[in-house]
Amino acid sequence: MVADPRSDTGGNSRSRQYATFFVDGFFFGIEVLKVQEVLRYQEMTRVPLAPTVVEGLINLRGQIVTALDVRRRLGLRPRPEGMLPMSMVVRTADGAVSLLVDEIGDVLEVDQEYFERPPENLQGVARDLIRGVYKLRDRLLLVLDTERTAEVVHGHGEAGCPA
Amino acid sequence: MDEQEIIREFLIESHENLARLDQEMVELEKRPQDGELLASIFRTIHTIKGTCGFLGFTRLEAVAHLTENILNQLRNGERVLTPALATLILEAVDAIKQMLERIERTGSEGEEGYDELRRRLEAAWRGEPVQTTASVEGARELRPKPSQPRGQGGRKRRGKGARDAEPQAIEQAGPTPSLGTPQGLQAAATGSAAPSREADEPSREMPPGPPAEGEPAGRLSRAADAGEIAAEAESAHRGPSVADTTIRVDVGLLDKLMNLVGELVLARNQILQYSARQEDAAFNATSQRLNLITTQLQEGVMKTRMQPIRTVWNKLPRMVRDLAASCGKQIQLEMEGAETELDRSIIEAIKDPLTHIVRNACDHGLETPEERVRAGKPPVGRLSLRAYHEGGQVNIEISDDGRGIDPERIKAKAIQKGLLRPDQAERMSERELMNLLFLPGFSTAERVTNISGRGVGLDVVKTNIEKIGGVVDLSSRVGEGTTVRIKIPLTLAIIPGLVIASGGERFVIPQVSLLELIRLEGEAGRRQIEWIHGTPVYRRRGALLPIAYLNQVLGLKTDENAEALNIVVLQAEDRQFGLVVDAISDTQEIVVKPLGKQLKGLNGYAGATIMGDGRVALILDVLGIGQLAGVITETREQGLGEVEQVEAASQQKQTYLLFSAGSFRRLAVPLALVARLEEFPQSKIERAGGRMVVQYRGRILPLVSLTALLDPAAEDLASGQDPAQAIVFSDGERSVGLLVDQILDIVEEAVEIKAQQERPGLLGSAVIGGKVTDIVDLRAVLERADPAWLRAGTDMRRSGVTVLLADGSSFWRGMARCRLEMAGHRVLEAGHLEEALEKLKRSRVDVVAVALDLPGGAAGLVEEIRRQPALAGVPVLALTSAAQDAPVAQETFADCQARFDQEAVLSSIERLAAAVARAESRPITIAG
Repeated sequence: MVADPRSDTGGNSRSRQYATFFVDGFFFGIEVLKVQEVLRYQEMTRVPLAPTVVEGLINLRGQIVTALDVRRRLGLRPRPEGMLPMSMVVRTADGAVSLLVDEIGDVLEVDQEYFERPPENLQGVARDLIRGVYKLRDRLLLVLDTERTAEVVHGHGEAGCPA
Repeated sequence: MDEQEIIREFLIESHENLARLDQEMVELEKRPQDGELLASIFRTIHTIKGTCGFLGFTRLEAVAHLTENILNQLRNGERVLTPALATLILEAVDAIKQMLERIERTGSEGEEGYDELRRRLEAAWRGEPVQTTASVEGARELRPKPSQPRGQGGRKRRGKGARDAEPQAIEQAGPTPSLGTPQGLQAAATGSAAPSREADEPSREMPPGPPAEGEPAGRLSRAADAGEIAAEAESAHRGPSVADTTIRVDVGLLDKLMNLVGELVLARNQILQYSARQEDAAFNATSQRLNLITTQLQEGVMKTRMQPIRTVWNKLPRMVRDLAASCGKQIQLEMEGAETELDRSIIEAIKDPLTHIVRNACDHGLETPEERVRAGKPPVGRLSLRAYHEGGQVNIEISDDGRGIDPERIKAKAIQKGLLRPDQAERMSERELMNLLFLPGFSTAERVTNISGRGVGLDVVKTNIEKIGGVVDLSSRVGEGTTVRIKIPLTLAIIPGLVIASGGERFVIPQVSLLELIRLEGEAGRRQIEWIHGTPVYRRRGALLPIAYLNQVLGLKTDENAEALNIVVLQAEDRQFGLVVDAISDTQEIVVKPLGKQLKGLNGYAGATIMGDGRVALILDVLGIGQLAGVITETREQGLGEVEQVEAASQQKQTYLLFSAGSFRRLAVPLALVARLEEFPQSKIERAGGRMVVQYRGRILPLVSLTALLDPAAEDLASGQDPAQAIVFSDGERSVGLLVDQILDIVEEAVEIKAQQERPGLLGSAVIGGKVTDIVDLRAVLERADPAWLRAGTDMRRSGVTVLLADGSSFWRGMARCRLEMAGHRVLEAGHLEEALEKLKRSRVDVVAVALDLPGGAAGLVEEIRRQPALAGVPVLALTSAAQDAPVAQETFADCQARFDQEAVLSSIERLAAAVARAESRPITIAG
């Protein structure tokens, strides 16, 4: 897991590439190398008793991949009724995971110079998941930690919790 | 069997290595400095030497040893490879090959001693000029010398193998060349030491030449030749040599093939489903053909991964022999079904459990000969292993005719260990009692031997077997013996499963758990489900079968209008229950795929699979579903539950405030920490500095939503609720209000934390008021909620006291720490004696609070503190788990408090610290 964004800025290159996407109006980016593919929303198999963040299971060419709702993961507002998310399949240490996001953006090349650690007043779960911010000309690009985003804390309150 | 198998392995390996070695030697001549090449050659020879030494092929070992010596010199750079030396080494390699071939044909390394070659190798090693065959051919001096007796190690060992109750070994030991002659027999009887190293006599026979001159040697040699010819004739109809018919395949490759076949099976299923809707006859015929081929391919690939259980059993005869010898017992080992094949991953997994059970049987099950004779049994104990296929599973039985296990003794032991109450024990069936043996830490052995009886093991056996989907069961009769039965699946990757539907979702139930299907039609059928106190049951052939509704278990929607009720009767371990599902479709071969780590903690699923239509279906874990539904309560869990109850009963009760917040339906904090419960109308809640606050008793009270903290993804009811419910915590000057959804109850209960929590903000879970309840970690919550509190705490810490809290229970430690830190003190935690001593060494401590039941001993800690001058003045407070433990020697402890009473603990610590401060006239500020 990469906790410190400075540790993996990668050699002497001053810019990095991010696959971007939108979730609840926020603009997020994931290192382009961590992204395996982008898929349209497909029907998935629900997993009863699973944490609510888990939207379901999809068949990705014979591989079973867990789909996570990024809105729920980040504690954002639920997706409006009728809106079909896009699936961004990312590589994690534990295999592929599908992140469900609102809309896919471009792949952006951004200069390290505009990078900043998350501000101190960023609280809660977002603080754990956002590795830093790129101050782009017109908006902020939030860099998501894929490993942490793919981690699901087994919620209590859902049935099937260990007694 | 055992010996033959090992030799076979050895031959295959050596053939391969030697084939490579020829090439490497040639390479080496070109690049004599290549360290890697040299190392590889050295390794090959070294391996051969090591293995044949172990197998008793002493001649082969001698040649390999000398070659290795020279290679070692080369490797260490002590000499350079000359063409002559290379030729000599290759000669030695040829000799080794000849011997290996002979071993393969006849089972023995033969007569040839290669004395002359050995002499030259040795000379070369000593640094004398290298002599190759060509150079000695002319200067050959013949001096009669008796050649070495035949290397008999191998035969002897096989003979022993035969004694170890392995009939086929005798047969295999048969065709050895020497048995035809008295000399040979004599040699076999006398055995042989390793050939002497200083054999400097050239009695070599390498290029087929005249046999050595010595009298006995000549006779022996001829006898051996005769034997060899016979053996050769025999090997002619045994087929080609092992090197030609076997290849080694990387296991990773096999695994990959297995995965691919899995994919193929899925694709096949999809095509079959599609073809069912098609009219095209040619297409349908082709898909049928694809179906057949896939099935055969699947079987074939699965077979490549199959190994006979013999590979695990091989080492048992020796182990049993040694165990018998060391316990002074006589044990006859019988094995049946050694050819039974299992997937190699399963073979790996049962190795240890099997060994353990056999050890147990030898050590505890079987009696000494005297005991057996006294009991009217034959002096030799019988231990039998049996393996056979049955219904897609493999059964392994390990039974002995020993003393058996007395259920009464298990009962007594269980009660003594506090696992059972006497009245409970009385109610248990013999079978249930037997299963107690699989509980961790349970051993009825009266004495611990170096073999077994330490109480670790049977639980591990059970866990390991269950991990691979197996079941283990133990039955025993006093005086007659014990039988352990293990049932394991043949393979793990592809299983037959029943596809069912429930609540609009599709699931697969592994066929192995399936007993029967029951369909109850219409209203009359529905009435056949009867209810006992809200628990559904069904009368199945006169016996009551507990019923669970799958959609209820999984929280899915219920199909009210179903005209029939489908019950799937399942077996998990030895319990049966009926699972009501909406529909049953068909059985299919499914490929088990693991679930991602996000779903690993769920109990109800064994994995997932891809169905014919390409969609994913979850595979139900029958045992887990049974437990979720409450129709299976595992004996193991019952047992553990008892332990906890007994422990809990001995603890003092504490009062808890129960409340809910968001998806956390049942949370608790100790009431002692709560200052007040308040209701605030939403209109009074204001925002300041990005936080919710309320004016409260002339101060500003910060408010924190617990839901937002614990489960940010959930909808936050608490902060929107009007009026808002708040729990106010206070440490004198500072207060914080924790917004929750609903205050539930106040209960007084003795609590032992059961499950540790990973989630920050929770200390763990405990059963309070009969339900699982999460205990809120106030310290963590406040830390995250109000950093100002913590900063203030940091300020106070400078003036507060440092307390070492030594307590084995993290729950009580957490509680005490919470209270102490709220009061502005610094707390070091230690879970056991060593940790406490370590912390004392590293940090300055003002007061030590130690639980009397500290693992490692509270007394030891006090002793250590008193011994060290630097710590002499540190007061030690004893924490007891119950008030009645209070009478504690005053000279040992400065004070004594019950640990559940955090207020008393706090004030006692502050009092002690103040006393020390006064004594040292050091100012100390106590906050709160």
